[in-house]
Amino acid sequence: MQEGTVLEMRGIHKSFPGVHALQGVQFTLRKGEIHALMGENGAGKSTLIKVLTGVYSKDEGTIMLEGHPGEVTIKSPQDAQNAGISTVYQEITLCPNLSVAENMFIGRATSGKFQNWKEMNKAADKLLKNLDIPAQATKQLGNYSIAVQQMVAIARAVDLDCKVLILDEPTSSLDEQEVEKLFKLMRDLKSRGVGIIFVTHFLDQVYAVSDRITVLRDGKFIGEYTVAELPRLKLVSTMLGKEMDDMADIKEDKNAVSQKDEIPVLEASNLQSTSGIKPFDFYINKGEVNGFTGLLGSGRSECVRALFGADKTLGGVIKIEGKRIKIAAPIDAMKRGIAYLPEDRKNDGIIGDLSVKDNIIIALQVLEGFFKPLSEKEKNKFAEEYIKLLDIKTASPETPIKSLSGGNQQKCILARWLLTHPNYLILDEPTRGIDVGTKVDIQKLVLKLASEGMSITFISSEQDEMIRTCSRLIVMRDGRVVGELTGDDISQSKIMSTIAGE
Amino acid sequence: MNKETNIFKKIVGNQLFIPLVALLILIVFNLINDPSFFALTIQNNIYGYPVLSGSIVSIIDFGSELAILAIGMTIVTAASGGQDISVGAVIAISGSTMLRALCGTNPQPETLRTSIFVAFLVGVIAAMICGAFNGLLVAFFKIPPMVATLILYTAGRSIAAWINENRLPMIYEPKFGYIGNFIPGIPIPTPVFIAAACMLVIALLHKFTNLKLYTQAVGINEESSRLNGINPKLIKFSVFVILGVFVAVAALIKVTRISTITYSVIAKDIEMDAILAVALGGNSLSGGKYNVWASVLGAYVIQFLTTTLYKLQVRSDALPAYKAVVVIILVVISSPIVRDKFSRISKNLKSKKTENGGV
Amino acid sequence: MGKEKTIAKPLSQNKSLIKQFNMLTDTNKLLTITIIVFVVMYICAVIFEGKGFLSPQALFNILINNAALLITACGMSVVMITGGIDISVGGVVALVSMSCAVYLDYHGGNVPVSILIALGIGLAFGVFQGFLVAYLDIQPFIVTLAGMFFARGMTTIVNSEPFNVTNESFVALKDTRIEIPFIGTYNKRGIFIPAYINIGVVVALAVVVFFFIMLRWTKLGRHFYAVGGNPQSAMMLGINVKRTRFISHVISGLLAGIGGYVYFMYVGSGSPSNAQGMEMNAIASSIIGGTMLTGGVGNIIGTLFGVMTLSTIKDIVASAGLSDPWWTGITIAAMLCLFLVIQSVVISNKDRK
Repeated sequence: MQEGTVLEMRGIHKSFPGVHALQGVQFTLRKGEIHALMGENGAGKSTLIKVLTGVYSKDEGTIMLEGHPGEVTIKSPQDAQNAGISTVYQEITLCPNLSVAENMFIGRATSGKFQNWKEMNKAADKLLKNLDIPAQATKQLGNYSIAVQQMVAIARAVDLDCKVLILDEPTSSLDEQEVEKLFKLMRDLKSRGVGIIFVTHFLDQVYAVSDRITVLRDGKFIGEYTVAELPRLKLVSTMLGKEMDDMADIKEDKNAVSQKDEIPVLEASNLQSTSGIKPFDFYINKGEVNGFTGLLGSGRSECVRALFGADKTLGGVIKIEGKRIKIAAPIDAMKRGIAYLPEDRKNDGIIGDLSVKDNIIIALQVLEGFFKPLSEKEKNKFAEEYIKLLDIKTASPETPIKSLSGGNQQKCILARWLLTHPNYLILDEPTRGIDVGTKVDIQKLVLKLASEGMSITFISSEQDEMIRTCSRLIVMRDGRVVGELTGDDISQSKIMSTIAGE
Repeated sequence: MNKETNIFKKIVGNQLFIPLVALLILIVFNLINDPSFFALTIQNNIYGYPVLSGSIVSIIDFGSELAILAIGMTIVTAASGGQDISVGAVIAISGSTMLRALCGTNPQPETLRTSIFVAFLVGVIAAMICGAFNGLLVAFFKIPPMVATLILYTAGRSIAAWINENRLPMIYEPKFGYIGNFIPGIPIPTPVFIAAACMLVIALLHKFTNLKLYTQAVGINEESSRLNGINPKLIKFSVFVILGVFVAVAALIKVTRISTITYSVIAKDIEMDAILAVALGGNSLSGGKYNVWASVLGAYVIQFLTTTLYKLQVRSDALPAYKAVVVIILVVISSPIVRDKFSRISKNLKSKKTENGGV
Repeated sequence: MGKEKTIAKPLSQNKSLIKQFNMLTDTNKLLTITIIVFVVMYICAVIFEGKGFLSPQALFNILINNAALLITACGMSVVMITGGIDISVGGVVALVSMSCAVYLDYHGGNVPVSILIALGIGLAFGVFQGFLVAYLDIQPFIVTLAGMFFARGMTTIVNSEPFNVTNESFVALKDTRIEIPFIGTYNKRGIFIPAYINIGVVVALAVVVFFFIMLRWTKLGRHFYAVGGNPQSAMMLGINVKRTRFISHVISGLLAGIGGYVYFMYVGSGSPSNAQGMEMNAIASSIIGGTMLTGGVGNIIGTLFGVMTLSTIKDIVASAGLSDPWWTGITIAAMLCLFLVIQSVVISNKDRK
């Protein structure tokens, strides 16, 4: 191993039944660098990380660590921790029933069989204060928001005196300020000589903090570059394996529909739900694409959830094509031609053990009713049609959906709702956590559907996506609608200033 | 070669594989031990009617209640991710209610107070109320099923005794006994027909409703089912009520077999057997996907085992020990980890063989 | 949320109490409820059923009658906190008492070896079941269900008839009374009668103290909570989930062995019908004591109160003249139902925030 290298992985192979997930991948991490690991979904990033952290065992290949002569074998997350590798995952991997301090210290290889609460709480509070995390050591972790929990996870990883810190999409549940805080932390650790592996789907973030980029594609190592060598456009084309003339072509498609004076497809006034957002008004016209924007936690998801009946409504009126209706549960909204692709794909979207086919037909089936099951023939026809239409990569329609990559799962959920032929489609973060290629596909699809007369509400954390697709933006702050932007006002700077309230 | 291994894998991976293998082993064992086990004879029963008899008949006969319960238990397991341990106690309640409806306060009536059918309906309603109580706790109070049903498990037999004020009603009407035994002129035990009817009902439910899709979806991911327009609470509640109906049918068979009831003994430990049937059928006890036929097969395998043990002169109170050993062996060989190890070992052996063959 | 300060103002004292309650961990919330219910119930018992409940001996009798249940319930709580369940304990208790009885009376054995037999049986069950649950990943319900069947069946195979043990040193041990100085009552003639307990109670209380300390102040104890709270996370946090699960079952098995011997000392006989339904009583005690079957929440002190609550209900029902046999079962079930609903409401209240 070269001087200054903390981690070297060579020729890593890993297979699962039916998939050769890693094919001779290499990865080198130097002291004090932030190294972005990039690739589309299914490229093998997660698998590589899990091999490194001992969740999976590798089939072939060598892993070398600074300070360990020769190869190291990592059989469990415990081994990884002991070897100085700590990880923060996208999903919170802490125990909500334990206290904040316990979550920071449990399972660590310290001496003694007994638990010294006083000392632990003191150490935890000190660290939390140092990192400016708004949590108390003695409180139960489950009482805090997801963002705070994520930061506790990072605090734990940081304190683990690690040589290698892996951040696997740590920012997807953080708002901008929190992300900035995290970046500050990362730079700080970097200056202390920690090597950081950074996995993210946000390109901005890669260029904001990273020194180097390693790109994987289809389980293969494509290359290692310095940030300067690989500008944004080139990174995307390297990840996709094809040249792309930016995503500018989408913009042209944007159609300026929204004639005035027509009856809106859906109209809500003074709508309020149990989720704590302030009463809001809303309307959408035929063929219009609008969107909710605002910081994370500003209530944009809660608004659309109220429209769909996903959260219980407390008051207000919803009218569809001028007629007043009552939406008590999602089924009521579905019957009126509303479809909703939820923000949290894993917990609210897919039904993991069911097949791709059942996942695609389920919404239509529910609309048909309990006593009118679709025939096997119809189900197969629908499933195959949409697998082809949306280019869903699956071994067969009978494959359990959970074994698909994130992007393909998302396409299945999209197929599910398109199959119901909705008049009004709500897409809450349809592009989160999926690869660049699919992101572009989905945006194009949105515009195409709108041009065919479907009304769509599109929510995304990535503002440029919203700017490209939406013709009207509703801006939220702290659970309240604070502005509406149309036409030329839809720009990065205008959105930012509206959110900030200037 | 590859194709062969694929077919092999398909067979081994099939849910019915384990119960079928267990059945096969039991059959082979009995063939070796005593081939007369499989003898079918026609004998006159105590009423003088010719009826089929033999161990196989008694397995299919006495497996009826278990098979019926296994159907309901499978669906409850799928939707709620837990099991109903109160079914034995609810059988006692339902059976006691039927007898109360037939006898009133006179434990040994000359004439029945109502028709058997009406009494059965009353029993069904009682069992459905119990199911609704369990379902309410599980669906609306979010109490884990095993814990929620612990309540009726604890109280059920006491309630059953209370319904008849601890009397021991006896029914002398012969028609009542037909249900649990034989109808004159038909050599096949009546419970077999009842079990078959229950299977037909569930098959029709699967064919003409979305019961399977809904229960599986709710069992796998409740929140996402809700966002797809399913009412998970209603589904969870309903499966317990449906189980109640099956429990009442089982209760009818149980009380008509002996034309009376013993509150503390009737259907004792049957909940355990029913859960075992579900597990033996390869269904995950934590809910989600299921195969009801595998559970039914599992139920008969358990009954087969029980009968085999009786044939081996095992005392009835020692029976559980032997059953437990068999169950442990079954769950160990069907556990994914053990299967994985086995397949890896056989793979290694095979690759060594081919290596040797190449040299 | 964490920064909220709870300043008790005289006017809104109620509110602030509720707020303080909401800030507690789930474990402490449920424990608080359990203790309040027990105290309220005991006071009611004293008021309505007379002073019989007030004498110290009445309280100690609860312990004497339930020492074995308390020990097995502690094991049950440990397993439940780790997210599992062990329904073999009643069977193991029966098997232990029968085996020891046969050994002492039919084989002329001595007391120390009989204790070793009890521990050995419990440990064997714990190790075997723990291995199947933890390392072969088989559902604990099924494994311990089979364990229960096996233990019950084996009990009748060891000996099918109930009989009383006459071994002298055992009977001496069984009848040993430990008097408690300064606590007791005066009888009609004014003679002080000290309250007493037996060896079983001492063992049971030692078990309670030991496991209370273990769950609170040892790393292993905290690992039980972590694994029960979220096994995936626990693994990621570097906890050996399999080993932790294994140990929880070994503890439960061992405590079932100890509980079996204490039970044996209490009844002084071997019988296949011994400890009938004890596993369900142990589960009920744990739940009433604030342990959640879903794992990660619970407390041994709560289990102690759970056992006492359960026993007090039985006493109240008996002394209220509801002598029909079904009333005990129905009241216990009603109590269980009440607690489950309370738990469900308290915990889901927090989720909504």
